[in-house]
Amino acid sequence: MYDFAYHKPSTVADAVKLLADPDAKAISGGHTLLPALKHRLNKPTALVDLSGIAELRGIRREGNAVVIGALAKHAEVAASAEVAAAIPALAFMADHIGDVQVRNRGTIGGSVSNNDPAADYPAAVLGLGATIRTSKREIAADDFFLGMFTTALEPDEILTAISFPIPEKAGYAKMRNPASRYVMAGAFVSKGPQGVRVAITGAGPCVFRQADMEAALAANWSADAVAGIKQAPDDLNSDIHGSAEYRAHLVTVMAKRAVANAG
Amino acid sequence: MPHVTLTVNGKSHTAEVEGRTLLVELLRETLRLTGTHIGCDTSQCGACVVHVNGDSVKSCTTLALAADGASVTTIEGLAAADGTLHPMQEAFREYHALQCGFCTPGMVMSAIDLVQKNPQGLSEQEIREGLEGNLCRCTGYHNIVKAIAAAQDVMHGKRSEIARAAE
Ligand SMILES: Cc1cc2nc3c(=O)[nH]c(=O)nc-3n(C[C@H](O)[C@H](O)[C@H](O)COP(=O)(O)OP(=O)(O)OC[C@H]3O[C@@H](n4cnc5c(N)ncnc54)[C@H](O)[C@@H]3O)c2cc1C
Ligand code: FES
Ligand code: FES
Repeated sequence: MYDFAYHKPSTVADAVKLLADPDAKAISGGHTLLPALKHRLNKPTALVDLSGIAELRGIRREGNAVVIGALAKHAEVAASAEVAAAIPALAFMADHIGDVQVRNRGTIGGSVSNNDPAADYPAAVLGLGATIRTSKREIAADDFFLGMFTTALEPDEILTAISFPIPEKAGYAKMRNPASRYVMAGAFVSKGPQGVRVAITGAGPCVFRQADMEAALAANWSADAVAGIKQAPDDLNSDIHGSAEYRAHLVTVMAKRAVANAG
Repeated sequence: MPHVTLTVNGKSHTAEVEGRTLLVELLRETLRLTGTHIGCDTSQCGACVVHVNGDSVKSCTTLALAADGASVTTIEGLAAADGTLHPMQEAFREYHALQCGFCTPGMVMSAIDLVQKNPQGLSEQEIREGLEGNLCRCTGYHNIVKAIAAAQDVMHGKRSEIARAAE
């Protein structure tokens, strides 16, 4: 790892000022960034540790939404009574990210800002039609995930919290890579204030909505409704872990399981 | 260079570190607590697991400076002053839960966190899932799982000593 200066501001305003330096980078749980820095994939001259910023903490109910602060660790979301009561599928998803130690450090803000094509959270954010709150504005999930490791966030913009509208039903299912634990293909389905949504992660270069499955579930909310819908393999990922055709097949299987899990 | 002050195994330490110094490097190289191991550079193996403020974490994926003010427990902090082993260590010995021993410090630290956070008791399957962040290349895990099952009874006060392994 190359050396860097380390800053630990205690307010969002101070963190934004430090991030005005184009060679500075934010760090939350560090469970994506530090492995990348060890492999010298990135060379920031300064790291701005967000973990001391109290305003980024907390999980709370706000009207018909659950609002989760950017610093909430996966283990905290998994154990939150608030989340379990309102959106159990979200607690289940958080409880199945990586391993215990990853969940003890990794944060929702880091995961969603990073937008790894094989990450879990982007599926929940898009599949529930959440709103991303930042140091500057609010961004709808549909406008946030732009491509592989790319989001609508600007370099000096900090994700502060995510507001999840409470659905009537929601479910998640994924096939994990047995070695890395990252998602090979995962589906987050929901029915609620924003209609029926189906978000697919792991399979393509970026999380995406599956329109055919959404239409089928809107007409008939059942696992059978998606069972016959085939995902085209054209734009999906193909690598040593699985071909695009294999992932396309998994998309249907995972969508079926997600609907079954939603009840 | 910046300074970090933290409590390790009940004792306060202040050390000079670089921005990039990892917690595991501070423990091993500065404090000479070499029981905590480094087995990979991908944050996957768990040989480096220690407790930070009561949670098991991978010390290879935590900056030393981010642990400023924290309370850290390593494998060296488990046994009593008179050398009496922690029930989890005792169970690992009784159940032959180690061969080369490289993964053992991380396994023991993860296992203790797992048992402490699940006072209701863990099934064999739950123990296996709780160890997903720890890799062992020798044992095949069976004896590790048995050791943890035996240790949880002692840690939760259901038995006074580690049950003997079946021959
Ligand atoms: C062994 C292992 C297994 C894993 N398995 C999975 C898995 O199965 N599923 C999964 O989804 N993830 C997995 N992860 C990733 C894990 O969930 C990470 O914790 C997460 O992706 C990033 O969160 P973090 O807080 O650690 O972010 P960091 O590593 O601190 O940051 C990641 C990126 O986001 C930026 N950033 C951080 N916080 C903010 C913010 N508030 N605003 C703006 N930018 C920010 C940083 O600059 C950096 O570019 C795994 C990681 C490891 C090491
Ligand atoms: S050394 Fe392998 S996970 Fe830390
Ligand atoms: S005992 Fe050798 S790696 Fe586990």
